Amino acid sequence: MCMEQAARKNIIQQLQKEILALQGFKASCGNDKLNTGLGLIERSFPNYSFPTGAIHELLSYSEPDAAATNGFLAALLSRLMAKGARAIWISHKQHLFAAGMSAFNVMPDQLIFIEVQKEKDLLWATEEALKCDAIAAVITECSDLSFEASRRLQLAVEHSRVTGFIHRYMPKKNNPTASVTRWRITCLPSMTDENIPGLGFPVWNIELQKVRNGTPGTWQLGWTTEGFNHIQVNKPIAQPYLRKVV
Amino acid sequence: MLNPIYEKWYSMEERFVTISFHHLLSDRLIRRDALLKDKPFVLVVKQRGRIIVKAVNAVAEQHNIRAGMMLADAKALCPSVTVFQYAEGMEQVLLSKLAEWCLRFSPDVGVASPDSIVINASGCTHLWQGEEKYIDTIARQLNAIGYQVTIALADTIGAAWALSHFTSSSTIIKRGETTTAILSLPPAALRLEDKIIQRMQKLGMYQIRSFIHMPRQVLRRRFGELLLLRLDQVLGIVKEVIEPICPVQPYQERLPSFEPIRTAIGIEIAVRQLLHHLCLRLQKESKGLRRCVLKAYRIDGNVQQAEISTSRPSRDVQHLFKLFEYKIPTIEPALGIELFQLDATIVEALTSEQETLWNIAGNNDSSAIAQLVDNLCIRLGAGAVKRYLPAEHHWPERSVIITHALDEKPSTSWPDHLPRPLHLLQKAQEIIVMVPLPDYPPVHFKYKGAIHKVVKADGPERIEEEWWIEKGMFRDYYCLEDQDGRRYWIYRLGHYDNSEPKWFIHGYFA
Repeated sequence: MCMEQAARKNIIQQLQKEILALQGFKASCGNDKLNTGLGLIERSFPNYSFPTGAIHELLSYSEPDAAATNGFLAALLSRLMAKGARAIWISHKQHLFAAGMSAFNVMPDQLIFIEVQKEKDLLWATEEALKCDAIAAVITECSDLSFEASRRLQLAVEHSRVTGFIHRYMPKKNNPTASVTRWRITCLPSMTDENIPGLGFPVWNIELQKVRNGTPGTWQLGWTTEGFNHIQVNKPIAQPYLRKVV
Repeated sequence: MLNPIYEKWYSMEERFVTISFHHLLSDRLIRRDALLKDKPFVLVVKQRGRIIVKAVNAVAEQHNIRAGMMLADAKALCPSVTVFQYAEGMEQVLLSKLAEWCLRFSPDVGVASPDSIVINASGCTHLWQGEEKYIDTIARQLNAIGYQVTIALADTIGAAWALSHFTSSSTIIKRGETTTAILSLPPAALRLEDKIIQRMQKLGMYQIRSFIHMPRQVLRRRFGELLLLRLDQVLGIVKEVIEPICPVQPYQERLPSFEPIRTAIGIEIAVRQLLHHLCLRLQKESKGLRRCVLKAYRIDGNVQQAEISTSRPSRDVQHLFKLFEYKIPTIEPALGIELFQLDATIVEALTSEQETLWNIAGNNDSSAIAQLVDNLCIRLGAGAVKRYLPAEHHWPERSVIITHALDEKPSTSWPDHLPRPLHLLQKAQEIIVMVPLPDYPPVHFKYKGAIHKVVKADGPERIEEEWWIEKGMFRDYYCLEDQDGRRYWIYRLGHYDNSEPKWFIHGYFA
């Protein structure tokens, strides 16, 4: 009986892996698994690894939160660009301050910035960039993303295995998209020791609102010079909801 | 002293064509209005209070009206003559347009005032199967659009000019027969001043043969240096060069088409061929192109252009063709294109070591990125793609410089010991603050109507205006965090002196 149960479980695991592969998630073997340093959060993803070669969607509704979201993206970029690869950052306005990026271990001169005025050109440039497999990641800042546009982008990355981040600032409507994840990052009071005055390391509330074939959840994450740092905040903002996927 | 390269160039046997227009200005008017063809008309210009005939048409010429007459005399000869005003510089404009049109016969074309065009036909005539067919084609095509011309082909510009102006039909002088051909021409054929011509006529020198063998010092004493120079130019002893209407591009490929091309596929084939030849040459000379212009000469005289530029020197036909592919729909072939011309306007060194380093022919990362950037630039404009490099300035607006080159390396390192925000506002926005004591951070501030209570603060960090660049007050920067954990970068402009200093918000920390 026990043998039979184990065999059945094995079959289900196998099938789940196949479904993931069909949906564009490549099961990563030990070597090419990206070390994002996200720690606990990685357990929410399919195959327990951060989905590279996929479209991630991030929402922000205020300027400080947009900065926090870009900070989180910059921190992720530092890991994606670890092997000297280059990334492209597409936006419609020039608000990123390159001198502030080195705090996230990103060398701003390794990034290529593209400033596009028209929304249509913005998505076109994103798609072109996502098709180029020589690039580690593409970050696009826009406000709205239709389902069709997100499908196009997702199809482009499934072919090229580039990781795409769509940062939607002040989206007019919260429409469904074909992206693999949807995040919302907001500011939290910074990490300081009780006795030291002044600002500390940034802390963000990371809300994984949607993840395909994974488990959504909320975490508090700090960024220090060593990397991401999970912290215990005295006042819990939302209970982390963690469950094993497979 | 001639440069050895030029000497080699000159040693090539040269052939020149001169096209002499009989009635340049009047043919132009007939082209515009066909009804004028059978009517006598003149173009007049006011000179010293008199109205002088400047140009006549063929019909008026039959009535013995000549250029240089007074209008009153012309009207006496033919009362029905129509009069048009002559505008200053008309023939110059017309000739340079016609010279541009003539570029299809040779890349080296110039204007010889007042009424002719000079073409350097060296090495061009065989493309039209011989010299007779070459000048026939030119004459026929010019006749078809309405210009009456005489064309001469000779070893020197001087001889071609003389024959085209002083013979009634088009002529070709064979190599080395220049001297015999010009003997019977009048001295005016040497492009001399009126004064010299008149003096020669007084002396009974009606033909070149009557003075060509005279001793040089005699001719110099009587007629001046110019006559000797002109004689030498005609005989090819002194070289004469054309002032080209469009300077020949050092990296240029031309592709004439047998039949006018009107389809996109035809243009694509032409572009591929041109790029192939151009890249072969660039390969030989270890060069790569940065900017390239495609010119498509249409049958109706219009020139269509498309320009591409690359972010890094390239001689990859596939890549360059892809850049042109976006531009091909903008080329309007109309009735057809008869000549394609590709000019590499900016060429930079690209050695084969660099090529292997970047693996430009293959599918290397940096070349793929360079190609992507080129594609984006084509649609978005060259300024859209940029990179930021650190600059040695503390003033935040100047601490980062923009570059459009993909390979430029930072000359200094990024500052990492000072707090800098991730978002910087294009223009700092004024805020209203509550400060308990001078040089203290604010307790709360109001921005866009919302009041933010400051919980944590760092600062001040004083950044002085760089007086050698711009005069202004220093800024005292503070990093603030409000009750929700949002982090701001604000500054106070100047001292607390007599008046309250202004406060600004300048950025957001992540």
